[in-house]
Amino acid sequence: MSRASLTINSSSPERSGEPEDDACAEQTRRTVLLGALVTSACLGCSAYARADEDPPGSDERPQKGDVLVFSEGDQEGKLITAADLPAGGPPVHAWPKDPKTSVVRSGSRLNEILIIRLDPAELDEKTRARAVDGIIAYSAICAHAGCPVTAWVKSDVGDKKVFKCMCHNSEYDPRAGAQVVFGPAPRRLAALPLALADGSLSVAGNFIGKVGAAQPG
Amino acid sequence: MTRKQWLLSGFVAFTCLVSTAAVSGPIENYTPVTAQRLENPEPGNWMLYRRTYDGQGYSPLDQINASNVKNLTPVWTFATGVVEGHEAPPIVNNGVMFVATPMGQVIALNAKTGDEYWRYKRQLPDDLFQLHPTSRGVGLWEDKLYLATTDDHVVALDAKTGKVVWDTKVQDYRKGQYMTLMPLIVDGKVIVGGSGGEFGVRGYVAAYDAKDGKELWRTFTIPGEGEPGHDTWHGDDWKNGGGSAWMTGNYDKETKTIYWGVGNAAPWPGETHPGDNLYTSSVLALDPNTGKIKTYHQYHQNDSWDWDEVDAPMLIDLQRDGRNIKSLIHPGRDAIFWVLERTPTKINYVAGWPFVSTDVWKGIEPESGRPIVDPAHKPVIGKRVEFCPSLWGGKDWPSAAYSQKTGLVYVPANENFCGGFTGEKVALKPGELWLGTKPEDIGLKAKSGADHFGELQAWDPATGKKVWQHNFPKSQLFGSVTATAGDLVFVGGTNDRNFRAFNAKTGELLWEQKTNSGIMGMPVSYEIDGTQYIAIQSGWGVDAQRIQDALATNNIGIEANVPQGGVVWVFALKK
Ligand code: FES
Repeated sequence: MSRASLTINSSSPERSGEPEDDACAEQTRRTVLLGALVTSACLGCSAYARADEDPPGSDERPQKGDVLVFSEGDQEGKLITAADLPAGGPPVHAWPKDPKTSVVRSGSRLNEILIIRLDPAELDEKTRARAVDGIIAYSAICAHAGCPVTAWVKSDVGDKKVFKCMCHNSEYDPRAGAQVVFGPAPRRLAALPLALADGSLSVAGNFIGKVGAAQPG
Repeated sequence: MTRKQWLLSGFVAFTCLVSTAAVSGPIENYTPVTAQRLENPEPGNWMLYRRTYDGQGYSPLDQINASNVKNLTPVWTFATGVVEGHEAPPIVNNGVMFVATPMGQVIALNAKTGDEYWRYKRQLPDDLFQLHPTSRGVGLWEDKLYLATTDDHVVALDAKTGKVVWDTKVQDYRKGQYMTLMPLIVDGKVIVGGSGGEFGVRGYVAAYDAKDGKELWRTFTIPGEGEPGHDTWHGDDWKNGGGSAWMTGNYDKETKTIYWGVGNAAPWPGETHPGDNLYTSSVLALDPNTGKIKTYHQYHQNDSWDWDEVDAPMLIDLQRDGRNIKSLIHPGRDAIFWVLERTPTKINYVAGWPFVSTDVWKGIEPESGRPIVDPAHKPVIGKRVEFCPSLWGGKDWPSAAYSQKTGLVYVPANENFCGGFTGEKVALKPGELWLGTKPEDIGLKAKSGADHFGELQAWDPATGKKVWQHNFPKSQLFGSVTATAGDLVFVGGTNDRNFRAFNAKTGELLWEQKTNSGIMGMPVSYEIDGTQYIAIQSGWGVDAQRIQDALATNNIGIEANVPQGGVVWVFALKK
């Protein structure tokens, strides 16, 4: 695929809604939803109630000092250490966890993170500067339409393994700041700075770049 | 109210006015939509998904015809401002066009000039997981229109202004529930069906009161305990059995019966859900007033190939074997061209034959219409199984059309693709993909030596004979077909961005026009002030893009890149 095609995609509007449009659509929607809550048995409203029941802080984005725990698999909920990350991948899926309150920030799927350890020599300069021992982290939410990035497979356009979102085949190269190498995604995955102390990983700062989809949704 | 509060509220009111403010509207003269108008639409309008309740996708307009279509030329275009798959037919009611696009947007346009009246943009949640970022259109009733959204709401808009009249949450998008279909409107009921078979949902069709959005009924496509058909499931499999119903149904106005297509069972490998799995991969006959299931026909049992049969069958009156048949015609994703007979109490199997090559079926039982499976090509757990046609089937959701003039059915088919995957047992996590295989394990292969992929086919459903076929050497065909009384068949659907017109009788290619992007939308035809127009949305994405990517990796000289970005195109004859 040519770079030109990526340029076409990335020049598409980031958010087509004007801020006031969104505010108004949302305002109307809320008003109507509230009305529905009052006047009728609102089917499925329990989901909103459930969201409210999530522990405070669980849907906040990763904070500096958060530790990282496995988000899936046998070790779900366990702390991730450098020793859990095999060199060369595959990535480990993680949630940030507030060490003070022990709240796992799994209240929003936008908080899911991919952590991978690669050979530092393979990383581009910017990525290497952000990596600790070759370990780097990115948002697991695809910049195209918000699916989770799940696969670590050989690229459709090269020999290297890449992060792949199976929803519409977008591929991201974690060695180069997760830039898009294939597919419709308009921009890279957000990066998450990490720190490493005594073999334990923690979050060193906010996401760099926008988390999630390019257009609303 | 303090002055500051007052000013603030004034500001909010003003900005809201701006947000829905019309460029050249609001619409002054809007013709309300009634049951009578939907049942017998004026030839110049396109107010239902396939124009008429029978789902034929046929326009009786004939000003543009086989002899003059070469003079067809764009008269206006309109950029929608979003990327991804634009799949909705432009809906036209007496000079007003409503276009639905991906990302929950509806645009009202002057159908003659392309001037914008108003635009509605939904605020979709940031954390929405959009597997199919698209919309297949808006339904009309009285002075409102209805949109089913990817965050699983049904929204009613004022047709003149685009303002939200009501907004009803259907289910929780965070559980993988979403909608992309155009609602079917029957007698003041807004009828929708849910997507989400890939997320292990339990499918349903539901109706909402067009006036206020109150839910009137909901019928699950997977029968619960105590309901007929429940015994075709084992244990708790039914609770997450799939059977999503994500395409608009058709309606028999004489018998007051809706025919709704139902998707495949979940997860994919049949081993994980033993049994026939009613009513997956079936057509349901429903009472629109109550949602009660009158009868059904299951096209194939225990689906293991992702062969959704969601595209509702067309209602066609046929003369076959010397008798008049009120038929249901469905070129299936399972590669079989189905001819069924609808009666008030039962759907009878009449005939079925493969319309593309398949290695999955060894035949069809003549009495029941039950296809006979070749187990060598039925996916299982722990082993890679290949099968033809591919996961996308012989024909996916894009609709076939029927011409009342030629008596032929026009099918957007795909040949020479096979697929496969390795089944595995996976625990269900609500809101996450649940396919029964690793998504990265799914393959699409072009048959070696294949000289083409997409096929536009013309079949005579009365005889089962293929009358003509047009092959697309370098592209899949992934767009809906529309037939007109001008002896024309219109279709996009190819990766070269072309929109085409064929001679309905002979299959001769008569006209083509390159557009901005690839077309996966549905062509429509309408008339204003004595001029016939053809309209289509061009905007590549979703599954057409997925097939394209797979084709590109098959080493057959096909590029992955088809540009994205939506544009409404409207054509008329050069004056
Ligand atoms: S959401 Fe990832 S490629 Fe579309």
